Order: sequence, then structure tokens, then C-alpha cells
Amino acid sequence: MAKVVSRMTPDLITQSYVVEAVKGMVVTTRQLMRNLFGRKDIVTVQYPEDRRPYPARARGKHRLMRRDDNQVRCVACMLCATACPSNCITIVAAESADHDIEKVPSTFEIDLLKCIYCGFCEEACPCDAIRMDSGVHALPTVTRKAQKTAKIDLLSLGSPSIASQGGQYRAHDHEGTQHGRSGH
Amino acid sequence: MHLTGNPVLDVILFTLLKLVGFVFVFVMGMATVLTWVERKFSAFMQNRIGPNRANIGNIRLGGLLHMIADPIKMLTKEAFTPNTPNPWLFRLAPFMAFVPALVVFATIPFGPGDLQVAPLNVGILFIFAIGSLNVYGAVLGAWASNNKWSLMGGLRISAQMISYEVAVGLSLCGIFMIYGSVDLQQIVIGQDGTWFGIVPKWGIFAQPVAFVLYLACAIAENKRAPFDVAEAESELVAGFWTEYSSMGFALLALSEFIEVVLIGCLGATLFLGGWQIPWLVEGTGVLAGKMYLFGNLVPHLQAHAWYLVVAQVAAFLIKAIVLIWLQLTIRWTLPRFRYDQVMRLGWRIMLPTALVNLVVTGIALMFYERF
Ligand code: SF4
Ligand code: SF4
Repeated sequence: MAKVVSRMTPDLITQSYVVEAVKGMVVTTRQLMRNLFGRKDIVTVQYPEDRRPYPARARGKHRLMRRDDNQVRCVACMLCATACPSNCITIVAAESADHDIEKVPSTFEIDLLKCIYCGFCEEACPCDAIRMDSGVHALPTVTRKAQKTAKIDLLSLGSPSIASQGGQYRAHDHEGTQHGRSGH
Repeated sequence: MHLTGNPVLDVILFTLLKLVGFVFVFVMGMATVLTWVERKFSAFMQNRIGPNRANIGNIRLGGLLHMIADPIKMLTKEAFTPNTPNPWLFRLAPFMAFVPALVVFATIPFGPGDLQVAPLNVGILFIFAIGSLNVYGAVLGAWASNNKWSLMGGLRISAQMISYEVAVGLSLCGIFMIYGSVDLQQIVIGQDGTWFGIVPKWGIFAQPVAFVLYLACAIAENKRAPFDVAEAESELVAGFWTEYSSMGFALLALSEFIEVVLIGCLGATLFLGGWQIPWLVEGTGVLAGKMYLFGNLVPHLQAHAWYLVVAQVAAFLIKAIVLIWLQLTIRWTLPRFRYDQVMRLGWRIMLPTALVNLVVTGIALMFYERF
């Protein structure tokens, strides 16, 4: 059913626009004065000095997780590199010394200039090896050259913190069963 | 005032003094400060802080140093010239916009007597004649840019400025009829005194409709929001100055601010009594006018108490600044008009209103003189 929208027919005073314009100017001037004397309503955050905390689920710079025994969790399955829409993950796989694990990455690089921080890599990873919860975002640089270093070698960088082991593994922990991989 | 003793040299020196003092110090200074004030002003209106990062050491002065930082940035940037068949025209255009905007200040009386750079008896006509040259700068710049956005902006600007030129001229005709002159100094002298000892005999009280029309049309001619269809960031990238960078851009931007100052000064002269201080002193204007009428180019400021002259110049500057403030408030309050709305407003509302105002003024003047 069609809804009849009643059109506003402003009177001549409103249509002349002068009164309405003055009303608007009163509002802006009031705001100007409030902020000029006392800065009451200013919402600007002076960014580099004052920061607001990122939301808990913000996607920041990537980090690679480690196992409890400090090995890299990543098994070089290439799922993240495949999922990545900007093709910025470079992984070179190597054989693992640990007989339980088939492969480990020998290099794991992400070109942060290409990365769009979509989080697909994090989603794709079957081992919870790559996370974007570091809370650090890639910093801008003044020159293009400096950005060449934007490719971060996550392995050499090491993981900033050791993630608590999640998912299935944690459940085993609680049951008191020891998984074969731990305890070297 | 005797500066050297040689009358010819005196005239030249005094003119130069006025030129530097008014046009370069006040007008240019004001335009430069406006680049900062406008950003700060709009920021506070929108609950932001505005520019405050430019600093020397730890001294920031609330962003005042942006006035210095901006020109440095502009000067060191690349002066890009687009691939155009008319690179010279492209370079010339900003100057064609900038120079007329400055020249018109010559006829503005900023104080009594000879405190006017060029005492022209065609005053306001000169301002219109030179002021409308401004459009050439914008149009030629737009055309020489060899860019369709610029061209669209240029087309719009020529249409808009020509239409509003008509309305602004007609809106001021009432003032000329009342004060019987187009000489700005004479108009200011005519605004001396008060009605019934309360209301100053200012143009704004004699011609309130004309004041609103003047302000609206002048802002439209200056192509600033709410009439910024020529720049129209949301439609035309940046309109006629899309291709400008570096100092070319700075000149265009600065000429816009100079016009803001011009609208303020002209409005103060025509509608707010110029340098007249209401209630305080009456008849000083007449005295100054007499001195001027006798054709003494070398000013007789000694006839005035010097502090009175200073107070009157200050009064003029304050009135101009109030109008500049009003323009900034309008610019940051009202939403912009669509292009067809601008044209309709100009031809179908502003122009008829100005004409009706003219007729009413004429009838009123006739009765006033009869009875
Ligand atoms: S966040 Fe997206 S773009 Fe960046 S590395 Fe991961 S998958 Fe690639
Ligand atoms: S980070 Fe995860 S998805 Fe990427 S290669 Fe390693 S295990 Fe596979």
C-alpha cells in the first residue's frame, strides 16, 4: 500500500531562508564560543600523544605463535598464502627436525605494504599459528624506500608473546592427558 | 601632514604610506590570518581542534604558525603545469584573479578625509569594474587547465558571477539613491549622525533588505560556500583550480580570502557607516568631507584631533572584521546550494527583490523629499 508522504509547506518566513539561516548561525556560534572558551565539546583525540585503546578484536600486525615447547606452530601448509587475497605471504617450507611434525617454514615473510589486513590468513590457518592480535599497526614511513623493510620476517622477528594454546589441545591439557608432541 | 616639505613628494609618500598601511598590512595581513582563522573557526564549530601542529621548538601558539608553515610548503612544492596548449595562460590566470582583488581596495575609505588610497569620485563603479575582471582569471585558468572538471567549474563560475553581478549592483542602487553619490567617501559622510538620537544613520538601517541581498550576492560572487558550485569538491574535484598547485594555488586561495576582506570592507563602508563612530562625535564627517571637497590632496589631518582619527580608523577596521566574521559563520553554517538552485536564486529571487527594493526606495525618497 502506498504511503502518502505529507510534504512540508513552509511559510513565507521559513522560505525566505533568512530567519532559518540566522537560527543555524546561532547554533554554530554557540558551539564556537563553548569550544573557544573551555573546549567543552571537543572530541578530537590528539593521536600520537593520546591514544585510545584498540578494540579487542582489532587486526594489527601479524605474529607467529609458538608451541609450549617453543617450536613454531606453523606447519607450512600454505593455507594462509593461498587464502591471502593480496598474495603477500611468502613461505619457504623445510623439513622439521621433530619427527611428529612434517614441515616447518624456513622463512615466513609478509609484505605489509601489500597486506590489506583482511584477516583471511588468520582464518585459514588450521593450527592457530598466525594471529593478528598484536595490537600494533604497521607504521607509516616518510620515504618509499623505508617501506621496503615492510616485509617482515616473522620467524626472525620471533613471536612477541607466546599464545596460550587454544582449542582441542587445551581441552586435552585439562583432562590431564599428555600429548605426544610436548615434553622434549 | 608634512613629511618632507615638498608638496609633490608629500602626496607620493603619503599615498605610499596609505597603500602599505591599509592594503599590505591590513588587507594582506587579514587574508593571511584568515587562512588560519577559517580552519580554526570551522574546527571549533564542529567540535574539533583544528590545525595546531606547526611549531618552532615547543612553541605552537595554537596553530598560528601554520600561517608561516603553509607558505613555506607552497613555495617548495612543485609548480605543476598540466599538458596544455596554453601553459602561459595557465600561469597567468592566478595573477589575473589576484591583482584585481587587491586593486579595488584603493577606493575604500578607511578613515576620514584623505585616508583613502585613491579618492575616486566613481568609487563603487571602479570597484565593480575591476572586481568583475576577477572572473577572467578563473575562466582563463579553467580553460587553460585543459581539464574537463576545470572547464565545468569555469563555465559555472562565469554564469554565476555574471548573474550575481547584476543583483549585487542593483541591491546597492538604493544606497546610491539615498546618499546621492557613488563616491564611497561621500556615502560614509552621509551616514553621519543618528535618527532620533538613537539609531545611527547607517545604510543597514535605511536599507535592511539591500544589506541581506548584498551579503548574499557578494558571497555568491566570491564563489564560497554556500555558493561554491564553481569549486564543488563533491562534484568537480576542485572546479577551476583542480590543476593548480604550489603558488598558483596559493594565489587563487589567497585572492578568495582577499575578497572576503573586500566584502567586509565594502559592506562596512556602505552599510555600517564606514569609519563613523555613532553617538560619540557628530559632524566630524562633514568637516572631513569639506576638507576633501576643497580638493586639498595633501591631507589636513591636523584639523582633527589625532586620537579621533585613530579611533575612526579603528572603528572602520572593527566593522570590517565583524562582517568578515559574519561571512565565515555563514560559510560554515549553511549547506551548499545545487547549481540550478544558485541560478534560480540569483535570477528569480535576488534580482526581483533588488528591483522591488529599488522601487520602494524611490517612492519613499519621493515622499521624504515632498513632506
Ligand atoms: S591479513 Fe589478509 S592480506 Fe594480510 S597477509 Fe593476511 S590474508 Fe594476506
Ligand atoms: S601460518 Fe598457518 S596457514 Fe599459514 S602456513 Fe603456517 S600453518 Fe599453514
